[in-house]
Amino acid sequence: MIRLQDVRRVFHQGRPDELVAVDGVSLHIEGAKVTVLRGPSGSGKTSLLALVGCMARPTSGRIHVGDREVTSLPEHFLAEVRRRTFGFVFQQFHLVRGLTALENVMLPAYPLGGSRKALVIRAQGLLDRFGVGSRSRARADWLSGGEAQRVAIARALVNDPQVIVADEPTAHLDSKLSAGFMDLVAALRDEGRTVVIASHDPIVHDSTVVDRVVTMRDGRIVGEEP
Amino acid sequence: MILHPSVLALVGSALLVGALLVYSAFWGARIVQSWDLSSGSELQLALERRTHLISTLLGYVLVFGLASLFLFVFTADSLAPLFTGAMCAAGSLHASRYGYPTLLLQIGGFALAAIWLIVNRADSLGYDYPLVRFKYRFLLALTPVLLAETALRAAYFLDLKPEVITSCCGSLFGSGGRGFGSDLAGLPPSLAGGVFVALLLGAIGAGMVFRISGRGGWLLGALSALSLPVGLAAVVSWLSPYVYELPTHHCPFCLLQGEYHWIGYPLYAALLGGSLTGAGVGVLMPFRSIPSLDVELPAYQRRLAGWSVALLTGLGLLVGWIVATSHLRTS
Amino acid sequence: MKRLHIPTWLERQRYLLDFTLSSLGRRKGKNLALTALYAMVVFGLASVLMYTQALRGEAMRILEGAPDVVVQRMVAGRHDLIPADRVERLSRIRGVQEARGRLWGYYYDASAKANLTFLVPEKFWGKAGEVVIGEGVARTRLAAPGEPFPVLASDGSVVILKVRETVPSPSELVSTDLVLLSEPDFRRLFGVPPDLYTDIALTVPNEKEVPMVAAKIRGQMPDSRPITRAEIARTYEAILDWRSGLVVLVLAAALLSFGIVAWDKASGLSADERREIGILKAIGWDTSEVLAVKAWEGAVISLSAFLVGLLLAYVHVFVTSAPLLTPVLKGWSTLYPSFRLTPTLNPFLVSTLFLLTVVPYTVATVVPAWRAATTDPDAVMRS
Ligand SMILES: Nc1ncnc2c1ncn2[C@@H]1O[C@H](COP(=O)(O)OP(=O)(O)OP(=O)(O)O)[C@@H](O)[C@H]1O
Ligand SMILES: [Mg+2]
Repeated sequence: MIRLQDVRRVFHQGRPDELVAVDGVSLHIEGAKVTVLRGPSGSGKTSLLALVGCMARPTSGRIHVGDREVTSLPEHFLAEVRRRTFGFVFQQFHLVRGLTALENVMLPAYPLGGSRKALVIRAQGLLDRFGVGSRSRARADWLSGGEAQRVAIARALVNDPQVIVADEPTAHLDSKLSAGFMDLVAALRDEGRTVVIASHDPIVHDSTVVDRVVTMRDGRIVGEEP
Repeated sequence: MILHPSVLALVGSALLVGALLVYSAFWGARIVQSWDLSSGSELQLALERRTHLISTLLGYVLVFGLASLFLFVFTADSLAPLFTGAMCAAGSLHASRYGYPTLLLQIGGFALAAIWLIVNRADSLGYDYPLVRFKYRFLLALTPVLLAETALRAAYFLDLKPEVITSCCGSLFGSGGRGFGSDLAGLPPSLAGGVFVALLLGAIGAGMVFRISGRGGWLLGALSALSLPVGLAAVVSWLSPYVYELPTHHCPFCLLQGEYHWIGYPLYAALLGGSLTGAGVGVLMPFRSIPSLDVELPAYQRRLAGWSVALLTGLGLLVGWIVATSHLRTS
Repeated sequence: MKRLHIPTWLERQRYLLDFTLSSLGRRKGKNLALTALYAMVVFGLASVLMYTQALRGEAMRILEGAPDVVVQRMVAGRHDLIPADRVERLSRIRGVQEARGRLWGYYYDASAKANLTFLVPEKFWGKAGEVVIGEGVARTRLAAPGEPFPVLASDGSVVILKVRETVPSPSELVSTDLVLLSEPDFRRLFGVPPDLYTDIALTVPNEKEVPMVAAKIRGQMPDSRPITRAEIARTYEAILDWRSGLVVLVLAAALLSFGIVAWDKASGLSADERREIGILKAIGWDTSEVLAVKAWEGAVISLSAFLVGLLLAYVHVFVTSAPLLTPVLKGWSTLYPSFRLTPTLNPFLVSTLFLLTVVPYTVATVVPAWRAATTDPDAVMRS
C-alpha cells in the first residue's frame, strides 16, 4: 500500500542546528492492516507519520502510495492525494472552534465540491455511527474529550479514505475510552482500511487489533514485531 | 502635472502594482536559477511556496490592470476640458506624446498578463511543474513591459500641461488628418470591416473545429491573436460610425459613454476575452507533447477554445446588431 | 487528478465562501472594526469625488449657456464698468455675430446673510418693479410669488420690489442665488448710469475664430480684457481638480494608516486563526484553497466597506449638501445660499475609488495572507 525507500527528513538543513528527524527509513505498510509506530519522545514518529500521510515531502528518498510516486509532486497534487487517500486523527483532535461538530466533519470535503445535501447526510451518518449524532449541532468547543475524539474520527472518514493516520490518538483519553478507540480501529480495519498509528501508549501497541509494531529511535527503525 | 484625484489613483496604484511585480520578478529569477523539483531541500520548498504568491499577485495585477485601463480612458476623458480643442479622451491622450504609447502598452501589458495566467493554469495541471522555467522566463520578460507602462503612465501625467492646444477626436480619428489615429480611421472602412469579420468568422470556425476534434490549435491561436489589433482598428475605422450614426466620427472612446448605452463595455470585453483565450490555446500548443500534460492540457485548451468561441460569437452578434440597427447610411 | 468541471468549481467556491462568511462571523468584533475603518476611508474619498464631480457638472451647465467671449474693462487692474459705445465697436469685429451689454452684480442680503446675484436677462419678461427669483433665494428669504421683496439701494433708500415667480433650473448652482429684474430697476438700485454696462457678451459662432477675436480686442481696446468660455471652463476645472487633489492627498495619509492597520490585521493573525489554517491544511486543504478563502475574505470586506462608504457619501453629498466638505472645497461661495447638487454616480467615480482603496488594501493583505496559507500541513502535529 505505502512504500518508503531510504527516506530522510532534515530540518534546518545546512545550518548549525541541522536536525535529522527521519534518517534513512525504508518501510512497507501493508493495506488493510493496523501498523503502530512506537518509540521514545523525539524519535521521529510524528515526522515519519507526516511523510506517510503526504503532509510533508522527504528531503531525500522515495515514497509510493499505491503505485504512485508522490515524492516530487507539487503541493496541490499532494493535497489532492492527501484528501482522497488519507484521514487524519490528531493528538489534540484539532477541531475548529466555533464551528459545529457537523461542520467540522464536513470541512475536509469542501475543496472537493460536490452536493451539499449529500455531504450533510454523509457527515451526519458518520456522527451517528460513532454515537455522537445527537451532538451534531453542538459547537466543537463544548464537546467532551471522548465526544471530540469521535467527531475527529468522523471527520477523518468523511472523504472515505483508504488509510487512517493517527498521531497519539489516546494521549488525552482514559483507559476505558482508549480501549474503545481500539475497538473502532478494529472496525475500520475490518472494512478494509489501512490504519497507521504513532503512539507510546501500551494500551495501543499491546492491543490485539494491532498487526505490526515498528519501533523507532533517533529517526531510525530499530525493531519490528512480528 | 495635474493634481486630479484619479491621476493620483492611477499613478499610486501603478506604483504599488509595480512594487508587487518587482518582488515577483525577483523570486521568478531565483526560481529560474535554482529550481530543482527532485530535491526536497528547504530552498526548493520555499520556492514552491513562492509560486503560489506569484500567481496570486499576477491575478491581482490583471484585475487592477483592467480597472486602470478603463480609469485611464475615463481620466483622459474628464481632463479634456483642460486642453484647448480636446473634446474627449482622444484629445487629452494626444496632448502629450506619452498618451497613446501608454494606452497601447497598457493593452499589451494586459494581454501578456492574461496569457501568463493561462500558462500558469496549464502549468498547475501537470504533476511535475512542466512549464515552470518557461513561465518564469516569460514573467521576467513581462515585468519590464509592465514597468515601462507604469513609467510611461507617470510620465504622461507629469508631462500634461493645461495650456497645450490639442485636437478633438473628430480631427484625430478623422480621415483627413495625419498620424496613427487618422491612419486607422483612414483605412477603407469596408476593407477593415471585411477583414475583421472574416477573421472573426475564421477564429470562431477554428475554435469549433478545435473544440470538437482537437486540431487546428495553431490556427485558432493565430486568428484570435490577430483579431485583437484588427478588431480595435476595425472599431475605429469601420464600426464606430455605425454607433454614432455619423460617417466621420471614428472615436473609440466615446463608445464607453452613457450616450451610446455603454456599448463599448461589452464590445471591448468580448473582444479582449475572446481573442486572449483563443490566443492562449495557440501559446499552449508547443507543450502538448509533454508527458505530464498529455491528457490535461488538450482538455484545458478545449475549455479555452469554448470560451473563445462563446465570447467571439457574442462579439459577432453584438457587432451585427449594431450594424443592423444603425441608421447610418453608407453610400 | 480529476478534471475540474465548471459546476464543481462553482460548488467549491460556494463552500469556500460559506466557510469565509462563518469565519468572518466568528471574529466579528475585529472584522467589523476593520470594515468600519475601511468604510470611513471610502466615505471620505467618495465624498470628495462626488462633490467635485457634481460641482464640475454644475459649472459646466452654467457654461453651456455662457457667452463665447465676455469683454470686461480694466481700470488699474480692476474690473470696471464698460462704456456702452463699445457694444457697437465690438460687433463690427470680424467673426463676431452679436455684441450685447450685460448688467449684473452681487448684493449682500444682510437679513438672509447671503450673497445674491442680481442679473438683467436679455429679455426680462416681468414688468418694472418685479423680480423673478431662484429657488435658493425663495428658501432663504421665505419669499413667495406676489410677496414684496425689499432691497437696500446704493443711495441708502429701501426699494420694495414684488416677486413675480420663482424659477427652477436644471442646475441649482445657477438659479439658486439668482434675482432677475428689469434694466431700469437694476440701474436705479445700484446707481449705474445709462451709458455703462457691467461687461459685454459676444457671440462668436465659429469656435476656431475665438482666439483671433480675443487678440483683436486686446489690440483695439488696450484697457479691455476678453475672457473666452474655454478659459473659464479650464479655470473651473483646474481649481476643482487642484482642490480635490489636495484633499485626496490629505486623505491618502488616512489611507496609508488604513493600509498599515490592514497589514497588521492580516500579518498579526491571531493564534486562533493560525491554528485554524493549520488544521485546514492538515485535513487536506491546499494552499490555493486557503488563499481563495483569504481572497473571498478580502472581497467581502472590501465590497461591504465600499458599498457602505459609497452610500454614506451619497447621502452626505446629495441629501445633506456635504456639510463636512463645503468649507474646504467650495471656498469661494461659503456665503451662498445652500443649494442641492444634482446626483451623479458613474463608472469613472467608482473605478477611481476602487483603485484608491481596494488596491492598497489588497496589496497590504496579500503577502500576510499568503504567509498564513503556506503553513506546513504537518505544523499542527507539532503543537
Ligand atoms: N519543524 C521542525 N523544526 C525543527 N525540528 C523539528 C521540527 N519538527 C520536529 N522536529 C524535531 O524532530 C525530532 C523528531 O520529532 P518528532 O515530533 O517526529 O518525534 P516524536 O517521536 O513524534 O516525539 P513525541 O513522542 O514527543 O511526539 C525532534 O527532535 C523534534 O524536535
Ligand atoms: Mg509526536
